[in-house]
Amino acid sequence: MAEATFLDSTELVLNMGPQHPSTHGVLRVILKLDGEKVRGTDCIMGYLHRGVEKIAENRTYTMFAPYVDRMDYVAAVSNGLGYVLAVEKLLNVEATPRAAAIRVILTELNRIASHLLWLGTHALDIGAITPLFYALREREGALMIFEKYCGARLTTHAFRIGGLQYELYEGFEKDVTDFCDMFIPKVDEYEELLTTNRIWVERLTNVGILTAEDCKAYGVTGPVLRAAGVKWDLRKAQPYSGYEKYDFDIPTGKNADTYDRYTVRMEEMRQSVRIIRQAVAAIPEGPIMAKVPKVIKPPVGEAYVSIEAPKGELGYFIVSDGSTQPYRIRVRPPSLINLQALDCMCKDALIADVVAIIGTLDIVLGEIDR
Amino acid sequence: MAEPPKPAAAKAPVKMAATPWEAELPSQLKAELADRIVEAASYLGQNFFVVKPAAIVEVLEYLKLEFDFDYLADLTAVHYPKEEEQFEVVYTLYSFARNERIRLKIRIKDGEKPETVTCVYLTANWLEREVFDMFGIEFANHPDMRRLLMPDEWTGHPLRKDYKILEMDNRWVQENLGIESGQ
Repeated sequence: MAEATFLDSTELVLNMGPQHPSTHGVLRVILKLDGEKVRGTDCIMGYLHRGVEKIAENRTYTMFAPYVDRMDYVAAVSNGLGYVLAVEKLLNVEATPRAAAIRVILTELNRIASHLLWLGTHALDIGAITPLFYALREREGALMIFEKYCGARLTTHAFRIGGLQYELYEGFEKDVTDFCDMFIPKVDEYEELLTTNRIWVERLTNVGILTAEDCKAYGVTGPVLRAAGVKWDLRKAQPYSGYEKYDFDIPTGKNADTYDRYTVRMEEMRQSVRIIRQAVAAIPEGPIMAKVPKVIKPPVGEAYVSIEAPKGELGYFIVSDGSTQPYRIRVRPPSLINLQALDCMCKDALIADVVAIIGTLDIVLGEIDR
Repeated sequence: MAEPPKPAAAKAPVKMAATPWEAELPSQLKAELADRIVEAASYLGQNFFVVKPAAIVEVLEYLKLEFDFDYLADLTAVHYPKEEEQFEVVYTLYSFARNERIRLKIRIKDGEKPETVTCVYLTANWLEREVFDMFGIEFANHPDMRRLLMPDEWTGHPLRKDYKILEMDNRWVQENLGIESGQ
């Protein structure tokens, strides 16, 4: 990479990663530096490439479902939701109301878990160690509910095409409500630690600005787009799984900087709790599985279905040739596309801010490399 | 609950049961760019255009300027080795103003080099690199046509249908990992 043309005499190339704690996995960033200023970045990825899209073509629709959990492994439930919705769209089936409500509860719990991991590691990158322990402690509450519901904490495989495999366990509603009651004061606690903390504010304000125009040009979605002031959330714009029934707000930022992305995600956790409370108070009675054939064989055709994952728009484009195996599955990973804006955000930033900017993008390499 | 439609039993290649897409957008586009649009169709309520490969940049620009399709959500490809035009490159667009999603497709032969759309959407940069990496479709005038996920020296393009799931570049593995084979 370090060819003579890449550098002029005053510039220095610094290799960051692939083994670096702040790159949140095996991402390698080549930084072109002029003193402490970053003049350019080049991301090298693929270290975690497992060929998920190729595997999909050699598995049946049902067999492929657990694989999607291994892409964005901190938000496995969201991945699963996107996948089952896409296959259901091809089959022209809809999950039952009961299944849809339970899906919303679990997905929102997962959004909280994912944001908590982001908060903890982001704060750790900036130099605050305590929030990591706090965040992991609360995340445990959400993971415990997953474990009690389906037996797994991370790679949950909680949903099935057409609905759910498992009925709720006894005491699920109470567990979820208890979690919500416990969690809101904890968010206040994190905010007490960070929101007005002078080091935190100075490290984040005006760092890694990505305006709304840039976001759209780079296709950046999720909290990063909302922090730029665009009130856009797929749960509102194109509701799925019954999100239109719940009352919640879309938090937005003004300055499009790292600090705003922090406040947006903190508020999103509160809004998720709001959704969970409404959903858990009114889980409809009825079956948890819609009528789907034993052998999943969607008719010839294609569909693109996307959901609002914790990191942005997660899309599945599935082409069916009428057989039991998908002809092609394309995953539109939010992390990969958001990461592409790194170069724009790092322009003329200080080298220490690169860590903050990677943290604020909230990437997961399992999803980038697939 | 609606029964899923039964897949056709016939052995002959079954085509997607798409219906013509009739609305203001396709009719205006057809009126303006008639000879560039091959088909405007709809399947499961999702609309798509099939566009002539040479006109893709022009059509995307037109859609972006006139219809506010300002966000390229995804760019990918599908390989149909039995067809003469082996590859379908699929562009998924979204408009924030219209809250509408459409797809554009071009069909190209193996070795044909479609024009890059990075001049319209910056997002396309890495996405086209991924398509190049996985399918071997080179995009003309792309600013940085390198592989994205596989190592640069890798031979073969994994998502082509003739690339077997257990296939790998053994030469690369032996040279770089020092083992006989990864399998």
